[in-house]
Order: sequence, then structure tokens, then C-alpha cells
Amino acid sequence: MEFIRLPKVENVKLLDRVSPRRSRVGTLYLTATHTIFVENEAGVRNETWVLHSLVCSLEKQAATSSGYPLLIHCKNFQVLHFAIPREQECQDVHLSLQRLQPVKPSYEELYCFSYKPNVDDEERQNEWDFMNLKADYSRMGLPNAHWKLSPANRNYKVSDTYPADLFVPESATPPVIVGSSKFRSRGRFPTLSYYSKENHAAICRSSQPLSGFSARCLEDEQMLEAILRSNPCSDFMYVVDTRPKLNAIANRAAGKGYENEDNYSNIKFQFIGIENIHVMRNSQQKMLEVCELRSPSMSDFLEGLESSGWLKHIKAVLDAGIFITKAVAEEGVSVLVHCSDGWDRTAQVCSVACVLLDPYYRTLQGLMVLIEKDWISFGHKFSHRCNHLVGDPKEVSPVIDQFLECVWQLMEQFPCAFEFNERFLITIHSHIYSCQYGNFIGNNQRERIQLGVHQRTHSLWSYLWTNRTDYINPLYRPDHSQTQGLLRPSTAPYCFKFWRGLYNRFDQGIHPRQSVEDYLRTIQEETQQLEEQLASHKQVNFKLPLIMSEAAPFDKSPTAWTLSHDLRLANTPQDYTGGFITSSPSQPKAPDSSGLILLPQDLNQTSIFSLSNSSDPESGIADLSCRSPLSEDSTRDPDSDEAVYSAA
Amino acid sequence: MEFAELIKTPRVDGVVLHRPFLPTVEGTLCLTGHHLILSSRQDNTEELWLLHSNIDSIEKRFVGSLGSIIVKCKDLRVIQLDIPGMEECLNIASSIEALSTLDSVSLMYPFFYRPMFEVIEDGWNSFLPEDAFKDLESMTDEWRLSEVNKDFSVCPSYPPLVAVPKDIDDETLRKVATFRHGGRFPVLSYYHKKNGMVMMRAGQPLTGTNGRRCKEDEKLINATLRPGKRGYIIDTRTINVAQQAKARGGGIESEANYPQWRRIHKAIERSNVLQESLIKLVEACNDQSHNMDRWLSKLEASNWQTHVKEILTTACLAAQCIDREGASVLVHGTEGTDTTLQVTSLAQIILDPSCRTIRGFQGLVEREWLQAGHPFQQRCAQSAYSNSKPRQEAPVFLLFLDCVWQILRQFPCSFEFSESYLVLLFEHAYASQFGTFLGNSAAERAKLSLPEKTVSLWSWVNRHQEIERLTNPLFEANSLVIWPSVAPQSLLLWEGVFLRWNRSSKCLDEAYEEMVHIIEYNKELQNKVNSLRRQLAQLETEDPLLQTP
Repeated sequence: MEFIRLPKVENVKLLDRVSPRRSRVGTLYLTATHTIFVENEAGVRNETWVLHSLVCSLEKQAATSSGYPLLIHCKNFQVLHFAIPREQECQDVHLSLQRLQPVKPSYEELYCFSYKPNVDDEERQNEWDFMNLKADYSRMGLPNAHWKLSPANRNYKVSDTYPADLFVPESATPPVIVGSSKFRSRGRFPTLSYYSKENHAAICRSSQPLSGFSARCLEDEQMLEAILRSNPCSDFMYVVDTRPKLNAIANRAAGKGYENEDNYSNIKFQFIGIENIHVMRNSQQKMLEVCELRSPSMSDFLEGLESSGWLKHIKAVLDAGIFITKAVAEEGVSVLVHCSDGWDRTAQVCSVACVLLDPYYRTLQGLMVLIEKDWISFGHKFSHRCNHLVGDPKEVSPVIDQFLECVWQLMEQFPCAFEFNERFLITIHSHIYSCQYGNFIGNNQRERIQLGVHQRTHSLWSYLWTNRTDYINPLYRPDHSQTQGLLRPSTAPYCFKFWRGLYNRFDQGIHPRQSVEDYLRTIQEETQQLEEQLASHKQVNFKLPLIMSEAAPFDKSPTAWTLSHDLRLANTPQDYTGGFITSSPSQPKAPDSSGLILLPQDLNQTSIFSLSNSSDPESGIADLSCRSPLSEDSTRDPDSDEAVYSAA
Repeated sequence: MEFAELIKTPRVDGVVLHRPFLPTVEGTLCLTGHHLILSSRQDNTEELWLLHSNIDSIEKRFVGSLGSIIVKCKDLRVIQLDIPGMEECLNIASSIEALSTLDSVSLMYPFFYRPMFEVIEDGWNSFLPEDAFKDLESMTDEWRLSEVNKDFSVCPSYPPLVAVPKDIDDETLRKVATFRHGGRFPVLSYYHKKNGMVMMRAGQPLTGTNGRRCKEDEKLINATLRPGKRGYIIDTRTINVAQQAKARGGGIESEANYPQWRRIHKAIERSNVLQESLIKLVEACNDQSHNMDRWLSKLEASNWQTHVKEILTTACLAAQCIDREGASVLVHGTEGTDTTLQVTSLAQIILDPSCRTIRGFQGLVEREWLQAGHPFQQRCAQSAYSNSKPRQEAPVFLLFLDCVWQILRQFPCSFEFSESYLVLLFEHAYASQFGTFLGNSAAERAKLSLPEKTVSLWSWVNRHQEIERLTNPLFEANSLVIWPSVAPQSLLLWEGVFLRWNRSSKCLDEAYEEMVHIIEYNKELQNKVNSLRRQLAQLETEDPLLQTP
């Protein structure tokens, strides 16, 4: 690979931001797709793999005592802080990584087009067939007497950013659709996002009308009238503009704007005030700066979190979702949602409302369908927003991050309501940015068809589905009361928490050292085996001795092994000294080192149930998910004392 | 009985009780000497029994002839009572005010309370210093139990028995006591079995401005060092605060006189600052405006989380010196009755697995708080809603419990007890039917004859039913040292205390039940499989046919 000037550097230090004592020494490798750090530690191979396409910035810093620092910032919020022994080496690595172009100039160079897992073509096609949006619309009961599938956008002629298949009111004729689309930004006319078959209320979405100061459009008015009439139980509908009022008014000067209540019959118009993509981008940037502070004080952190405004924005999105949910579920009133173009805030609000309204979207499959429907098919501009390609930095914005975070905030309030766990959200987040799968490539359906995404890449959804046991929330039960019906979250400010699991995901030292979820998962796996044993016993009760031998492993408490696995990392203190202890008073070899390591039989049992810790080059960043950073730690520890005291 | 004089209207009908997240209850309000009782006199309706000593402050409001009393409790709950009749309302309010601020300890409810349960084990005798010393003796012979303070004359805030280095005689201890604040000479707080290192605690040395010295003090603490080794003195005050203390007769151990010790200063706040912090935090939590910026800035301005972080960091540092540096540690602040105890007790939670059990934690609270002379009576006299000018009040113990909760959150499987145990201790420290937290020291407790006249909280807690309720279903004994994270991202607001009355906990409670269900179902199956195995084993011996493979 001609880009790589230096494929391998030895004696590189990987510094740990939270616990300097955990810094590791190892070898750095550069490959065509990944930067790999392999720790020097006899016996165990600890590897950190970073996909080039996840890198968002490289930074060389002034030399320090530990070497020449090179910082790699990734889109999944991983920050790798290397210290390279020689200046020339640092220079070469920096240059090589730059030439590998983490942000690609064209689609063709994205990782998904070269990612070739060992899967034959038919299987690959099946991957894509796994996701079927039509099935979701028929689950909603569509088409029916009120809503029909419209062929109007079959060739992306009416709106090139909309999907080909769209549901419109039964009474909406092609001229009405076309006329309405001409009165809406980017031709994004009002169309169905969600339909509640219980009470016929619908969530529709569009872009802003081109109303300016006084323009009106008969077809657009007829379109809204048609939506209103498709809900026979209601005599009015809401039109929700998710922008702050000032922004909407400003748009009028550019010939755009919002609906005039006088021109549309029986609408109630409502502003909701979610800020635009630029505000959100800056807000997240500020929050990430806070996350990356070195040993911040509590005030640094809380002040920074407040001034970033991030949680305020999350609350605004959730508040909007709740407004729509109440309209649909409690009042039985249909809602039309729009912002400016109808692909950012509108997508957020519609999908949050869906999660609140419909338990299906709180299942593993349901959330994937929801993202496919309201984000991918309706043309959220993933490649622009997620900085997949070299382009306008002003187009980048963490709009989808905010949606995923809203779901996470809801999971915190309703721990039994979601079939999936936090890891599922984080994995989706990573792959939205990784470009390893084709799902999020391009900005709309038309672009993806042109790129041949379905023919040339793999689908994340089937990968997630295949590995779904990793993503199951052990507290979820389909028959639980929290699982049924509407979610009514509290939006008191203290209900919104900082999402440590995502934004500080790679700072291992700050996460809880024992996971209740993993513990419960192991218990459930074991329960399942016990159930099978009991069942098999009932079937073949004459083979008694066999069953006896099978039962043997459960003699010992089964739960001990997960725990001890976790606990090995419990034994690394952070830097509590604040530099007070500069040298150790006589260095006794900690007599406990051996006591801290697991008993051998525990280790053996750990390996039965815990997943493999080793990174798998095939699946790339998937292996950098929550589990592997934890395991990386497990082996290094007994001698870490000296590191911190001598460094301080 | 003098209570009767304070109760002008003992009973009002038609009173309406409002509580957050619960339906309103209409009923009869009764005042007794120690309780405010509201009973609807209907079956199946819960009665409200509120200890007067749990009431922090009240507010009165009148609309026409309908009066309302807003009752703010020390456990942070706020309830409202609508009372028909202006006079009745005023009478009730003045009675509550008087009864909730009784000055005399001996009028407190624990002296009147008779247990409705059978006391199987008397908690007053469960954690005697001599028993704790027996455990120590099994590990080392370098310490002895001194009776120098048996009549509380050497140190009024110490218990009659304290563990000191074997080679230091009582005469030396008396001299050292005159050199330490409040007579609190260095005593053993914790012995780290793994490497024989110790943690001691004391009051500040009384060096004063002219650098007074005490050879006996130096001898005492040096007696705890192994040959050629150094120790750490952790002063919970900043260097500035410690230097200023010299002007008032206090001070620090100078390097010249204590060459084998290295002094580390930390910055844990004390007394009034902490009380202010609690008041601000609770105010922030009760703020009804749904404004995110306001919430975060109020949370930050309360500084509560900063205190949590500072205390926890200092405790981790002490633990680190002992376990990782292999050094002994002496901890003190000014008096040695507040921040010192936060640090020594938390360090033990980190280092010693036995402190993470239900019983072990009681032992810790007994040793490091009650017998060590934390002035509970003064510190817990008022809570976050108090209108009166704070005197000695400070949420020192609540901060300790908060820190324990933080560690529990980070190591959810390493504690035998659940969060509710910590909440229970918080409640009882502020208002209780038990005598455990009355008085300010062992001397005061002896004077009040608490063991004879009141019931111990531990007598109640250590019964099967209560233990079961407080047990953490996730617990797996863990013999390791547990190092918590003190990064701001890792430290959370203790919702179980501070948001307890502000939000419905239904969904979280359900999740907890679900978790218990998963674990219990697993145990049930295990038992089934095991009993099958036993049956099989029996069959096997009875039926020779089965023995052939």
C-alpha cells in the first residue's frame, strides 16, 4: 500500500486519559483499513482496532517526556492518544494516516464497497431482504379505506429525496400530490409516517410550505384537507412546525415559511422550537470538549454540560415527540410535522413519537424498521450529516445521535419497556459513522440505488439480527405492563442524564466496574439450560445417570464466574493523588498481586459463557463495542502502581 | 405529662392530606406527644404516622377559613394538610412547631417507644469494642486495648476502650491527648490484614503559632511504622485552612518533627458549608420550572456533587496509600469527628470486604461514627428545610452515605445490602424510634442510659424480615479491594434520596422486581435440579440395575 510510509512502529505508548497509570506500551500497525495497537504483554494479545473511516481528525502535539504525541479523534467518540518515541516516526504515521484519507472524497472509496466478509452473493441479497418496510405499513393496517400507496414518486420525479413508495390519503389525486409538492421545499409534500389503526389518527410529514408572506396553493390546502378527512373521528388536525418561531418567520423572507391558519381549514398550528443543525453541531462539540477534559472538577463538568446546552436540546426533541404522541393517542387527532426541509427535526420528532406510541418500535426489530422508515427512506442526509465524504462542514450535524439519545433517555426511565439494550444503540451509532455497511451511505434512496448499495455492500440490520443475543435487555418481557401501550415519560430536567455510555464510551475507567445487565444475562442463559435439563429429564426419565452427570456443573453457584470476570478490572485505582505523592516511600512489591487475579477454576468457567475477547479483523469495529475494552484491561494490573507514581 | 400542654387541639375531623404521586386522603388528624397521625377511618386506606422529630419546618397558608399546613420533613418529603377552621389550623401548627423542636433529649420518642417485635439480639451489645479487638488480636499482637478513657476524662468524645500501639503506655496517651484537639489522640481505625498496614485517626495537633512539639505524640505515631518505612498523614483541610488553624491553637505536624511522615492536604468542606450545600441541592431538586439550564446551574451551584467527589477522592487516596503504597496512614482534620470519619470509614468500604455486608456495615457505623464520637445529635438536628439559623447542623453522615451509594452503583454486585439500607440509615439518623443515633458521643449515650432505656436500631434491622428486605439480590461475596471512579461522569445524583418524593418510582421499582424475579426463578430451578439429583442418587443406591453404566 503506497500510502503507508511506516507500517509498524514499536514502543508506542497508548495513554489513558482517566487513569494515567493504565497507559500501555505496544506496537502500532497501519493497514489499509485499520490502525491497530497491539500491547506488549507476555502471554496475552490485547489489541485495539480503529477503522480509518471512523477517524475524524488527527493532531500532532508538542513533544513530551513520554514521546511525540499523536491524537486520533474518532466519530464514535474514541480518542486515541499515542506517544511515539521518535519524531520521524510520528511524522510518518501522521502522514500515512492523512494519505489514507479518513474522510473520503467519493462514495466509491468508502469502506462498505471494499468490505468483504465471507458471505456469498445470495446470502448478501438475503441480508437486504431482511428489512421490509411494506410489512411495517401492513402491520399498521395499510393500505385501507383511508390511505393508499401512491405511485407518484416511483421514479423520484416528484421529490428526488423521498422514497419511491409513499402512502397518501385515499382522496389525494395525482394533481393534488404534484401541486402540493410544488408548494413545498424540495418537493417534499405531506405524506404518511405513522398510522394508528386504533383511532385512525396519523402522523404525516413534509417540508415547509413556500408560502413567503402571502402565497398560497390550492392543491396543498386540498392535501391537508384530505389528511384531515382520512381521520373520520376528528374535525381538526395539528400542523406542527418544529422550528423556533423566529427561524420560521425568517424563512418567509426567502419565500418559504409556515402555514397560515386562515388558508387551511380546521388546522391548529403549533411551533415547537427545536434548534437547527448548526446549533446542534456546536452544542455537541462543546459537550465533547467537556467529556475530553483531563481530570475535570465537578464544576468544570456541570458548568460545561450546562453551557453546551445539549441536554436542553434533547429535552426539546422529546417534548416535541410527547406533544405529537398526546395528539395522536389521547386526542385522536392527526398531525402534520415539518421543519425546513423535513429531513432532520421532522425525522427526529416523528420517530420519537413512534417510539412513545407503539410498543413495536421498542423491540429490536422495530427500532431497525423505524430507523429504516423515518430516517433512511425519508432521506435523512446521512452522508452529509455524518461527514462520510469530504464536503461542507456546515452540513455535518448529530441529528441522528440525538434521536438515539432520546431512546436511551427513555430506556433509563422505563427499564423494562425496551427489548434492546444500550449496546444496541451504541452499535448502531458506530455503524452509522463507520461506513462498513451500506445502509447509511448516501443521502436518500435515489442515491443509494444509483450507487448499487444493495448489490455491492452488506446490510447492518441482518448483522444485528444475527447477533441479537448480544443486544437483548434482560429485563424486557413482552407481557410486562411497561411494554404495553403508550410511554408517558417525565420531562423534568433532572430526568435527563449525561449519556456516559456513548460519549465517554472508551474511557474504561469511569464506567461501573460490574454490570447488572451482564450478570442478569448470564443468569438467564443458565436458567435456560436448567429448563432444558428439567424438560429432558421428564422426557427420558429412564436415563437417570446421564442427567445426573449433566447437572453437575450447577453444583457451584453459577453466577460467580461473570462477576469474577468483571472484577479483575476493579483493581486499578484512578489517579486520586493529584500529584501529591511524587515518589513512593520504599517500594514494596504489592504482596496482594496474586490475590487479585482470579482463581484458575473461575477463569475456566468464564471462558464457557463470556464471548471471545479477541478482535476479529473481519467485523472490524464491531469488536470494539462495549465488551472488548473491558476485557483489554483484565490482564494488566499488578504492576501498574509503579507506572503512576514514577510518572507523577 | 407536659406534652398535653403543647397540644391545644388534639383532634380535627375533615382534614385532607396531599402527597405527591398518591391519591389525597380525607380523615381525622390526631396529635400525640410524638406523632402526627392522619386516619381516614376506612378500611384499606393507609394511615399517615409522622414522627414530630421528622418535621424540619412547617408553613401555614390560609384561604378563607380553610387553612393549610405544609409539612417539610427531614427525610425531604413535603406533604400538605388542609384543615377546616382557622383556629384549629393555628393550634395544630403551633403544636407541631413546639413538639418538633423539643430541646430535651430525654423527651424524645425512643425513650417512650416499646418494640412491637421480639428482640432476639440486643443491638446495643452487638458491636462492642472488645469484640472488635478480638478480631484484631487474631491478626496481630502489635496493638492493645487501652482503658485510659474509661471514665471519658482523657477524651470526652472517645469511647471507654480504644486500640493503641502495644508499646505506648497510658501515661503517654494522657500526654498525647493534651496535644491533640479535643483530646483525640491517634487511635487505630483500621488494620489492613493483607500487608499489616494501618489507618489511624486523631484530632489536629495543637502546635499553635509557636510550633509546640510533643515527643510522646511523635513516639506514638512512629510506633506504628515498620523499620525504614514512611507513612502518610492525610489532613482533610487545605494547607491554608490548616495554617490558619495555628492562630487558634491548632496546626499541622511539621516535617522537622515528623520526618518519617509525609503530609498530604485535601480540601473537604465542613459544617456550615455542607449544610448550605444540602439546602441548595434540595431546593434545586424541588424547583418546578421545567428549565434545563436552571436545573444544571442550580445543581452545580449547590456544590453537593463536588463534596461527594472530594470526600471519595480523599478516601481512595488513603486506601491507595495503605494497599498500593504499603504505607500506614494517619487521618485528621480539625476536630477529627467529621471529615476524618468520612475518610476513614469510606477507605474501609474500599479495602475491607466485610464492611460491605449488612452486619459489617453496622459494625463500621458503630466503630467509625457512633463510638468515634460523630456528634449525630447536633449534626442531624435539622435538615434541608430548616428556617432557623444553622448552629451545628451538617449533613456529614448523609454525604458519607451518598459516597457509599456511589461505590455501590459502580460495584452493584459487591455489596450485601441494597440502596434501601442506606436510605434507611439516613432516615433514622435524622428521626427515629430507636436510640442508636441519639447523643453526640459514647459518654453522652452512657449518661442517657440509652442501652437500658431505648431500643437499638440494629435490634430491629437484624431480624430475618428486615434483612431480607435490605439484601441486595445481586450480591456475590467479593474479597477484593474495589477502586471506585471519581470522574465527574461517574458520580451521579443520589435519586433515591434527593428525587425520592419528586418523581414516581413505579417503573424503576418494577425493573427491580423483574431483576429479583429473574434471580429467584434461577434459584428455584437450581433447587429443582439439585433435588432431582438427590432423588437419583437415592434411586441409584436402591436399584442396582441403574448402577451399571
